[in-house]
Amino acid sequence: MIRRLLLLLPFLVFVGLAFFLYRGLSLDPSARESALWGQEFPSFTLSTLEEPGAEVDESLLRGRMSLVNVWASWCPTCKEEMPQLLALSERGVQMVGINYKDARDLGRQFLEEFGKPFEVNIFDPAGDLGFELGVYGVPETFLVDANGIVRYKHVGYITPAQVDEVMAEVEKWH
Amino acid sequence: MLTLTIPEVGLFALLIALCLSLLQATVPLLGAATRRPLWMAFAEPMAWGQFVFLLVSYASLTASFLLDDFSVDYVARNSNSMLPWYYKFTAVWGSHEGSVLLWSLILSGWGFAVSLFSRQLPRDMLARVLGVLGVVSAGFLLFIVVTSSPFDRLLPGMPADGADLNPLLQDVGLIIHPPMLYMGYVGFSVVFAFAIAALIEGRLDAAWTRWVRPWTNIAWAFLTLGIALGSWWAYYELGWGGWWFWDPVENASLLPWLSGTALIHSLAVTEKRGTFKSWTALLAIFTFSLSLLGTFLVRSGVLTSVHAFANDPSRGLFILALLGITVGVSLLIFALRAPRMSANAGFSWLSRDALLLINNILLVIMTITVLMGTLYPLILDALGLGKVSIGAPYFNSLFVPLTVMLCAFMGLGPVSRWKQMPGRELFRRLLGAGLAALAIAISIPFLYNGQWNVAVALGMVAALWVVLALVRDLFDKVRNASSALSGLRKLTPSYWGMVVGHVGLAVTIVGVVMVSNYAMERNVRLDIGEQVNLGGYDFTLTELGERRGPNFLADTATIEVAREGRIVTTLYPEKRLYIARGQPMTDVALHPGLLRDLYVAMGEELDDGSWAMRIQVKPFIRWLWLGALLMAFGGVLAVADRRYRRRRAVAANGESTGPTREVRA
Repeated sequence: MIRRLLLLLPFLVFVGLAFFLYRGLSLDPSARESALWGQEFPSFTLSTLEEPGAEVDESLLRGRMSLVNVWASWCPTCKEEMPQLLALSERGVQMVGINYKDARDLGRQFLEEFGKPFEVNIFDPAGDLGFELGVYGVPETFLVDANGIVRYKHVGYITPAQVDEVMAEVEKWH
Repeated sequence: MLTLTIPEVGLFALLIALCLSLLQATVPLLGAATRRPLWMAFAEPMAWGQFVFLLVSYASLTASFLLDDFSVDYVARNSNSMLPWYYKFTAVWGSHEGSVLLWSLILSGWGFAVSLFSRQLPRDMLARVLGVLGVVSAGFLLFIVVTSSPFDRLLPGMPADGADLNPLLQDVGLIIHPPMLYMGYVGFSVVFAFAIAALIEGRLDAAWTRWVRPWTNIAWAFLTLGIALGSWWAYYELGWGGWWFWDPVENASLLPWLSGTALIHSLAVTEKRGTFKSWTALLAIFTFSLSLLGTFLVRSGVLTSVHAFANDPSRGLFILALLGITVGVSLLIFALRAPRMSANAGFSWLSRDALLLINNILLVIMTITVLMGTLYPLILDALGLGKVSIGAPYFNSLFVPLTVMLCAFMGLGPVSRWKQMPGRELFRRLLGAGLAALAIAISIPFLYNGQWNVAVALGMVAALWVVLALVRDLFDKVRNASSALSGLRKLTPSYWGMVVGHVGLAVTIVGVVMVSNYAMERNVRLDIGEQVNLGGYDFTLTELGERRGPNFLADTATIEVAREGRIVTTLYPEKRLYIARGQPMTDVALHPGLLRDLYVAMGEELDDGSWAMRIQVKPFIRWLWLGALLMAFGGVLAVADRRYRRRRAVAANGESTGPTREVRA
């Protein structure tokens, strides 16, 4: 009898595992990956898209809440997202861009063409900062509060309908 | 006109294959249960038909790629008219839909092979094996037809050109990596089908293991090559010189490999001693289940990974249902039928049986370690206990000591005898090998760079112990023969396969130890004429340029490498911009060598016209993949043994459950 129960054990373990896999389907993996929530924005030292000689670091994000958007000129969705980012900037949100795995002239040209919602753009050609942030698709947007703590993350493109949603998060952590 | 309907031909062939697989999944199994020869005879023609129609379907998709038919959605998303033809050919499996089609094609190919090479099987066994394969195949074909058909059209409004294949996948390594990996994953389905058939019949004997072992080893060899190719590709293509990242998708391929390795060893015990029967059946089910779990993890997007390219919950649900039915039902069959199989051959705690049992326990612990590390974030999240991600430190801290322990027992195993091994004799035979391994391993760090390094010494002891114990065993076997040559000639391919496989693991361990401890890396800024020294090599940037490839623009650099004033090689790294996607890519320049690789990757152009470069010297990194090649070769060699090619009459006589013949292997 005990042997029979023992032989049933693999089946029972599998049923348990299947339950977790099923739950996993309805969970958002990108939210899980953002172990950054409530953590400090990773430290970095990079130049800006505007000035090759400049050097900025994480103190850039201190003192004021900012919305950090990861974008690139090679990303077609980023073009679609620009009007929403401009709208957010008009509503008084400080916007900071991370120009991700891009070339300087292409990035600048992109902004000339599609608008400049950002007060400053961190230039991250090797994707080092993106790696620290766990970026796995462009665009991605992080809300960083005045103490440099990541409060919210939006994966993928902010649709026109989601602007109010993002605005609500901004007000929540203000 | 004819070319316009190619995708429809493909879809039609796919649907026919689905119908055939449904017949294959039901009729032969019912026939075997009710003993109707005609129904059982359905299995083989259905397996052939399925293979032929899937081949037609797959060829149609390939044709759509080669003909640039961008009205097919899948082609439009993964190809481009500028893409070279050989990448169009491989782009077929560059994304989700096509790779599942390839999966199914390979599955039906294995079914076809079973039907070709298993003529000596009893008819009911063959019907059941092919029936189980039909069930798996029907599930996957249904999955393709319902959720991921690669033949969907974009009409009207077809794009003028395609979005291009992801540049990361435009590479030779990727031409062969997925098919190899799938050959391995899917190959375990054959072993699984044999295990289920044996459980249903209640017959798992020496003859059964002789049918199963060749399939197991060959699937395992393919999986070994697939994993090695993936690691090699990551090394030279991703541009940062890493070779294993403990990424969920990599883990998904390692899991069936670990349990498959355990299965190979447990099959050896079942064949020789008639024990471990239910354990062997369970491992066969586990190994294939882990292949399916890997597919689920990759395809459903429940875990994020650099490889995740198809995140779609409806597909995830379908694969989970497939996984649940296949694995759930087979484990239930196991629970109900395994009690029939018992063995009563005892063994002493010091014997080859016992050592192989320890090997199995260790490999299963390693499998569970990797499985837990991969699923832990998911489980924690599902319980609402928070969000974490688990990285390399967890895996390394558990996996490395487990591997060292495994090596300790691997040295003892081949030298020991079945049933009982006197401890004193074991000690006497291996004392020399142990002392030699210790002495050489301790001196290696000093010889390499004059500094003591405990990690290197420990890793080397493990690798040398495995090899020197085998050398001692070979020596003993040959010594008793009349001449060395005749002694060597008497050894069976099975034995040589074991030797080559174990040496392969040792070679891989040497590679891992050396490259993890002695790799050197510098990130530098280089202008024309400037020089940087790393590990005794002088790297000089002599030229910068630009060139245009078939579908990309590239910045190029020429770097001369010299050692003590003598030119070693000239390296040509590139920074490419793929036009259709506008995606930049690093094309690494490598100078491979048996003892070290030189590795240069271009970073970005700086404002004064100089370039940021990443320069690395990687000692012994080739040994990683060389070892994997040896392991795969060993796996194939082991089943080239004559006893796996006996005819029906002999196989039928081998039905005794106890040890059959004393074959030293």
